[in-house]
Amino acid sequence: MKIEFTINGKKAAWDVAPDDLLADTLRAHGFLSVKKACNTSCCGLCTVWVDGQPTLSCTMLSARANGKTITTLEGVQMEAEEFAKILTSEGAEQCGFCSPGFVMNVLAMKKELKNPTDEEIIHYLTGNLCRCTGYMGQLRAVKTYLGVNSAQ
Amino acid sequence: MFTIRELVQPETLEEAYSTLISRNPNTVLGGCAFLKMGSKRIGTAIDLSSPKLGLKGIREEADRFEIGAMTTLREIETYPAFQEFYQGILPQAVRDIIGVQFRNSVTVGASVFSRYGFSDLITALLALNAEVELFHGGRMSLQAFLDKPYEKDILVKVRLQKNERKASYQSLRNSVSDYAILNVAVSELQGQWRIVVGARPQRAKLAERASQKLSELAGENGALRNNDENALKQLEDIAKIAAEELAFGTNMRGSAEYRQAVCPVLVKRALMEVLK
Repeated sequence: MKIEFTINGKKAAWDVAPDDLLADTLRAHGFLSVKKACNTSCCGLCTVWVDGQPTLSCTMLSARANGKTITTLEGVQMEAEEFAKILTSEGAEQCGFCSPGFVMNVLAMKKELKNPTDEEIIHYLTGNLCRCTGYMGQLRAVKTYLGVNSAQ
Repeated sequence: MFTIRELVQPETLEEAYSTLISRNPNTVLGGCAFLKMGSKRIGTAIDLSSPKLGLKGIREEADRFEIGAMTTLREIETYPAFQEFYQGILPQAVRDIIGVQFRNSVTVGASVFSRYGFSDLITALLALNAEVELFHGGRMSLQAFLDKPYEKDILVKVRLQKNERKASYQSLRNSVSDYAILNVAVSELQGQWRIVVGARPQRAKLAERASQKLSELAGENGALRNNDENALKQLEDIAKIAAEELAFGTNMRGSAEYRQAVCPVLVKRALMEVLK
């Protein structure tokens, strides 16, 4: 079946099978920032935006992308780079495997939450697992990026 | 991994239902999160996400909320009126389910229609005495739906009466975003109490004897609201009745004995919160 949608600001029309998952389809078309790991929909590595909402592309059927606007890390390079520099300066990127999904969710959070508390940040990012950092460096980086007062 | 031979995106519920019942392997899709962990072989998958079906989103009437089957758990979590109604137990019940991205994917319809034992949402909805509307089966209480044998149908919406119902949701988890080892929801409306226990790990169930006993006790006097030793003892007794009347099972998250021991603790906490 054919799906027509927008990917990172460009119109696209791709052939997909009924049971193709969006993460696999995106990777097959060269969007390699999208990664898969847990196979149980809980690690957040495959996070993309669907109509602006952070979504697990490993769980979404490609067919459901029809008519939607999909954004991957490749589509938000400037914002991602700004945050990635802070992430690195806090020593919070470590192996980097979870970073694409994590960055996508942080950028989504920035659009959704205004001046979030530590608790709100942690809660929003619960669906992004990282096995290297222990999360404290990431939390510092996120707060710096958002310009959140660390005294909260 | 599951497989799908054909996928259809019907534009009417009649079309969706006739496709569903035409062949046994035909299946309605929800958010696909649970589906993808299995190896189900689906003939024709029925995707209900067409806006023409009107199944996505929460609508308000003067006396009720109607939650469309394709509404995501994230929409429940962030819907402004649900922060206030029923003391916010709907957002509380779903907020710890994996992560934001997951809750943007999974749907109310799949959670409720599949009657998942681990569901946090069903426990809260059952305590709120929700109704479901099925395309073929019509309207019925969620409780009646959960007790009914499985039958192919399409869940259209969940209905909740707007009222002054007070409620509390409690759960115990190994880690914050894991499935609950046990979850409990309690509500009270005009002296009638509902104590519901879910993730037993079987599906959520109303603790009827405990609910009835509590409603009788609460009607007799207002002493339950006194934060004294006698009131606490009565609440503990009610919580124990709930733990004794329900069946518990064992899975990788906890044993039946452990769940039965945890149950009165969560029920008592919920009761105290509603009585506050």
